Amino acid sequence: MMFIRDIFDKLKPKFSKGGRFEKFSSTFEAFESFAFTPNTVTGSGQRAYKGSHIRDAVDLKRTIITVVIALMPALLFGMWNIGHQTSVAYSLDWGFWQEFWNGFLRMLPIIVVSYVVGLVIEFFFAEIRHEEVSEGFIGTGMIIAMIVPVTVPLWQLALAVAFAVVIGKEVFGGSGYNFLNPALVARAFLFFSYPTHMSGDSVWIATPFHFTGDAVTGATPLGQLMASQPLSASAIDMFIGTIPGSTCETSVVAILLGAVLLLLTGIASWRIMLSVVIGGGLMGLLFNAIGANEYMQLPFYYHYLMGGFAFGCVFMATDPVTAAQTNTGKWIYGFLIGAFAVLLRVLNPAYPEGMMLAILLMNCFAPLIDHCVVARNINKRKKRWLAAERRTV
Amino acid sequence: MKNTDLIKLPFSKNNPILVQVLGICSCLAVTAQLKPAVVMALSVTVVVVLANVIISLLRNTIPPRIRIIVQLVVVSTLVVLVDQVLKAYMYDVSKQLSVFVGLIITNCIVMGRLEAFAMVQKPWASFLDGLGNGLGYSVILIVLGFVRELFGSGTLWGYPVLEKLGLYNIGYENNGLMIMPPMALILVGIIIWIHRSRNKELCE
Repeated sequence: MMFIRDIFDKLKPKFSKGGRFEKFSSTFEAFESFAFTPNTVTGSGQRAYKGSHIRDAVDLKRTIITVVIALMPALLFGMWNIGHQTSVAYSLDWGFWQEFWNGFLRMLPIIVVSYVVGLVIEFFFAEIRHEEVSEGFIGTGMIIAMIVPVTVPLWQLALAVAFAVVIGKEVFGGSGYNFLNPALVARAFLFFSYPTHMSGDSVWIATPFHFTGDAVTGATPLGQLMASQPLSASAIDMFIGTIPGSTCETSVVAILLGAVLLLLTGIASWRIMLSVVIGGGLMGLLFNAIGANEYMQLPFYYHYLMGGFAFGCVFMATDPVTAAQTNTGKWIYGFLIGAFAVLLRVLNPAYPEGMMLAILLMNCFAPLIDHCVVARNINKRKKRWLAAERRTV
Repeated sequence: MKNTDLIKLPFSKNNPILVQVLGICSCLAVTAQLKPAVVMALSVTVVVVLANVIISLLRNTIPPRIRIIVQLVVVSTLVVLVDQVLKAYMYDVSKQLSVFVGLIITNCIVMGRLEAFAMVQKPWASFLDGLGNGLGYSVILIVLGFVRELFGSGTLWGYPVLEKLGLYNIGYENNGLMIMPPMALILVGIIIWIHRSRNKELCE
């Protein structure tokens, strides 16, 4: 390892102030701290408080890398499932590795496009602003690739990533200043710009390579419910994740593995995860009690298994930048995400999946929730203090 | 202020949309296509110029307490005239614009110019000021209409530009978000971003 250190040490003066490549100092710093844990934590860098959300003794890169590791089970499962869905839909009888390989080849361009476009923009903004390159996109780029349909055209994905990074994040000042989750901004952009590629039943199953016949369609459980068709997948299928859906968010098992890692390392808030689950469950039970149509009578736990509920709950609602910051606020924020997600699913005919919109909506309200929680706390303490003072007088 | 500045400033450092952030409502509502955007821009320009001149001529006879009512009467009269002309000669566009022609009455740019300028300035200066602000508003509307129609519907003034260029054959698709009002707001934001980065003194 030392020889890599030597290379960086040798190059460093050239990229420092006054050096020949001073312009690219941000790029150099990004690669250096990618390779080696820096001896400073995020926050003591070039700007006094870079990243409003860092309250820990690790720098931001190690935090983000933990999230990426937590995403791995879902990613690997998703790759296999893409191949598996193709194999089943076209009756190809592929073996396990062939299914995985096929899914891998489908997934690779999506991940590459997501990372390349996003990182090029991040590096560009960091250089013109003379700041460190923010690490947030390492996680965001992976999440974007995991929540789009496998058949998404790559140029549309590139456009969505560019939109999300510039409008969702950089205009507000970069990582830590954005109020919307950039990955969801990318998905929302795709959803509203190119709806035919993002919903319906023709987008979830990839056609095999070199295939020239008619494409097979496959509806997701949410799509079937929206069209008032009977569910073709059982609860256990949906739990394991062998159903059509966005690339890597079908398997609740794989997502739970990631959730365990995030909770053990303390990176994601258990309050938010729990309250999202409670909110969704209570809303589901409420609809069960009303029971006006078949969708409402669906057992409430089905909502946890379908669509992006589990993925959104574990990886996106818990985004420390865009979530509520106070503990009470986190309960309110999470509860409303769960409740709105189920509400949108069941009642709004235009949107089969409500998780994305529910999280984006609550992202907007998170600062207000925090403000109210803090103001209430101040008032409470003021009253207590006044009462104590009156007693002493 | 010099007369040339009255025309020039609304284009750059005092643009009604980019700097004063007025007239946003119509700017989001009518710019999905170029044609209604241009017609709307012209209508507002005509109204603001004429209203400015009329109010400026009347300014010494208007009692201050009822000045808003007088201004509204003048503006409403002009808007009704514009509406009738549009209905007579451009019925299809008039249909598309629907209530937004009538809503010129409440357009903040019109009221703002009357209150801030025409009430205290001579007719010629008011004429130039109205023209400058009307055109400053028009420029933004036309830019928005151009971008939104081109990328949202693939046409310009109804002519299928992108289809003739053969872009659809290589997999291009229209962006549905472009024809929705939120995207107009984002586009205005991007224009403001570029504008402020070129005029640093406008940054707060």
